[in-house]
Amino acid sequence: MKNLKSIYVFPLLALLFVACSNDDNAPVPVIEEEVITTLTATLVPNGSGTTITLQSRDLDGKDGPNAPVIDVSGNLAANTTYTGSFEILNETESPAEDITEEIKEKDEEHQFFFQATNTIASFTYSDADGNGNPIGLSFTLTTGSAGSGTITITLRHEPNKTANGVKDGDITNAGGETDIQASFSVTVQ
Amino acid sequence: MKDYLLLLCYCAINISFAQECDHKFFGEVHDFHDGSPIVNATIYIKNINKYATTDLNGKFIMENICPGEINIVVSHVGCKDKVFNVKIKGDTFKIINLEHHFEELHVVEVKGNNPNKVTQTAQETILKTKTIERYNSLSLGDALKQVSGVSSINTGNTIVKPMINGLHSSRIAIITNGVRLQDQEWGIEHAPNVDLSSVGDISVIKGSNALAHGGGAIGGVVVLNPSRVILKDSLYGKSIISGQSNGRGFSFSSTLTKTYTKGWYVNATASLKNLGDFETPDYNLTNTGLNSKGFSASTGYRTLEKGFNIFYNYLNNEIGILRASHIGNIEDLVNSINGSQPAVIEPFGRSINAPKQEITHQVFMVDFYKRFKKLGRWELQYDFQNNQRFEFDIRLGDDRDKPALDLNLKTHNISSSIKVDAFENVKYNFGLSGTYQNNFANPDTGIRRLIPDYDKYDFGIFAISNVKLGSSTNFDLGLRYDFTRIDAQKFYLKSRWEERNYDVIFPSLVIEDFGTQLLTNPVFDYHNISVSAGVSHDFNEKHAVIFNYGLSQRPPNPSELFSDGLHHSAARIELGDLRIGKETSNRVSATYKYKVNDVSLNLEGFYNHINNFIYISPTGTEQTIRGAFPVWNFQQTNARLFGLDLSANYYYNEQWSLINKSSIIKARDISAKQALIEIPSFKSVNSLKFSNKKWLDLNTELQSELVLRQNEYPNNNFEAFIPTTGDNVLVDISTPPPAYHLLHFQSDITLEVFNKTKLNISLNIKNVFNTSYRENLNRLRYFADDLGRNFMLQLKLNY
Repeated sequence: MKNLKSIYVFPLLALLFVACSNDDNAPVPVIEEEVITTLTATLVPNGSGTTITLQSRDLDGKDGPNAPVIDVSGNLAANTTYTGSFEILNETESPAEDITEEIKEKDEEHQFFFQATNTIASFTYSDADGNGNPIGLSFTLTTGSAGSGTITITLRHEPNKTANGVKDGDITNAGGETDIQASFSVTVQ
Repeated sequence: MKDYLLLLCYCAINISFAQECDHKFFGEVHDFHDGSPIVNATIYIKNINKYATTDLNGKFIMENICPGEINIVVSHVGCKDKVFNVKIKGDTFKIINLEHHFEELHVVEVKGNNPNKVTQTAQETILKTKTIERYNSLSLGDALKQVSGVSSINTGNTIVKPMINGLHSSRIAIITNGVRLQDQEWGIEHAPNVDLSSVGDISVIKGSNALAHGGGAIGGVVVLNPSRVILKDSLYGKSIISGQSNGRGFSFSSTLTKTYTKGWYVNATASLKNLGDFETPDYNLTNTGLNSKGFSASTGYRTLEKGFNIFYNYLNNEIGILRASHIGNIEDLVNSINGSQPAVIEPFGRSINAPKQEITHQVFMVDFYKRFKKLGRWELQYDFQNNQRFEFDIRLGDDRDKPALDLNLKTHNISSSIKVDAFENVKYNFGLSGTYQNNFANPDTGIRRLIPDYDKYDFGIFAISNVKLGSSTNFDLGLRYDFTRIDAQKFYLKSRWEERNYDVIFPSLVIEDFGTQLLTNPVFDYHNISVSAGVSHDFNEKHAVIFNYGLSQRPPNPSELFSDGLHHSAARIELGDLRIGKETSNRVSATYKYKVNDVSLNLEGFYNHINNFIYISPTGTEQTIRGAFPVWNFQQTNARLFGLDLSANYYYNEQWSLINKSSIIKARDISAKQALIEIPSFKSVNSLKFSNKKWLDLNTELQSELVLRQNEYPNNNFEAFIPTTGDNVLVDISTPPPAYHLLHFQSDITLEVFNKTKLNISLNIKNVFNTSYRENLNRLRYFADDLGRNFMLQLKLNY
């Protein structure tokens, strides 16, 4: 039974393994590239008036405990049409990465949806992807009469753009996955 | 005439060597274990056709032996014959050791398919090969559910985690080929990586009483043994091919074994499984396919006195996860719960896309044993496991094909034990083990690590004794101590570190500041004690009882300590807690067994009190730029669980029989005075069996499975604001689905196709009435129904 002798080698090998794999290399931090921290909607009134920004900023990202900081720069004017655009950033990187460009590149997979309570505003898309479906990176916002309410902006990834009503901005049948969702308390006066 | 001739020859030989053939061959025959003399053993010298038997002192003497080599065969009732050669040079004395412990011999010869139980006084059930083979195309979790009191917690229908008396994951030790499976068993969506095709039988031990198999197994131990190896010159094998309608797939496995009388054996098993999308009665479950490849090989040498085994196992599973279960935020979750159908239903497909898991598990084991006379069996084992786990999420752009999770877990283990069986009524088992484990979380995923890099060291030592009092009473007593050290390197978001208050409690753990993230080095030590005590007593042939007590402590696993982040498949933020300590279980149980000719009954009751029970439950919501998410926190409480498991058989005649298996469990969070989360509800399985050996060995079984609604659950529902509708809605994550009843049918026949080759054909129909249902302990119940009808046809060839 000479073969049996070789058996004793295995535990020794094991010890060797243990000894070798115990390295003290410190792990490197993961800087997430896909993180979205900041959504800024810039609303420029047609004609005279003040440009308004709506911002949601979540610097500790989706895993962090802190809620996003919501900022509305001022009140919207009644019965006014605003030209809207978005800037979407990853501010965990320095300098901040512009995610807007990535959405433009994959515009067929993304769509913004807008909702306003108390009919304070209505929205129309002013852009389209390669299939002629809306994206929402450019849009117009038209305010109604004076009042206050909430504007909710949602970015869906891989929505079904051909589902009923989705083209017109109805989120009900859109499906997909929510990438951004922010609500802003707004006063129209 | 013939006899005369023989006599003549004999005389001739005698005469021709007369001057030398006057030696004595004498000696003693002893029991190998305790050295006691063996009476009435036969000593036969083959080449000169001479017999002798041992006297009351085990002694024998043979005279008039010529010098030279003689072949001796020693035999005794209940012993294996011993064959050897002796050189006679003058008077020769020899002590011959015989193996007299018949059941012990079994252990050696058929280690692996030990018909004896792992334990003597614990609640143990054995699943035999035939039962396991029926589940060849399913999973371990499905097969174990045949044991009353064992259920499962699922993520879909291919990720099935066994649950013993309401406890699962790290609380259950799964042992394959003597190796404790280390495959990231902590998460509910991590199923054990076990290929049933290389399993011979399975022992399920409820409670923590199988101390030799490791500490911390508060829920129980599942021991999977390889198929039996018979020590004779033989070549045999088995192939199983099965096809099924639901999932439109097949599974195939084949195993071949070569054995030699001398003790050598070689075995190889290969398996393949390919399943497409499963379906409910009403729709396809998109992206729920499974691809599995397995291979295992073993070889070794086994005799009574010494031997070794080498074993290697490779298993690769690619598992699709229901597409519709990957969701964005609370709003998507509410839509899923309130919707009657999953959000994504596509036509049947075979491809497995994200979200999916890809797991490769490898086990290498080598062991060596030697028997020492008047002592027992000593064993030394080394094993190594490599678990590589990828999880793919639905991701954007360039990262589309990158895994979201990439964990590599390596485990080395050395253990040694000695079983002392030299004494007639007392047996001891002493052992120790050392384990080193390293987890590496690959940062290339571009996603923050869910589980950090860590090193884990375990050291365990145990002593078990078994005392037999007469033929009907057994006492067991066992003690075990385990030391565990976990040394992790984990990044925390600064905001999370402060939110958890760790900056006040654990400031010294921080080793580097990376701006928004902190690198920390938590090192925790745990000392755990386990005690097991049991008594079994057979009153007579009809009645028997077992009483049992188990104390067991389990250290928190890495997930309970370190989880930190958003889980897309559940749309929840899961948070571990560094403050979590070990949990302690005190479990008492009682078993009553009754058996007469046509009725057998097994009633098992238990009471389990767990201090500092670790569990996860929702504690609130957190707002992120993606919307709101429920936060699930790992916490500790005091819990008590008690339950009854019944299994009853009634044999009407040789052909007809009725079987009932029922289990009920009640579990409470004593501190919060509410029901405990994730506890199986009452279940009763009734089978009507018909079998007839004359009709091609026909076995038919009609099985009714009734699962009642879980009415005791903690209400973790919460209100959430849904911005797109502007409403506050109730997020109903707690209310269990209604009761359900399923009917299953199983039938098989066996044909003799060639000499020694048997073909077994079985038809299995699951959910005969195509009933729509949802199971409370399936995580995907928020999104879709469970499986519809499934026809399974299996061909098994034994050759």
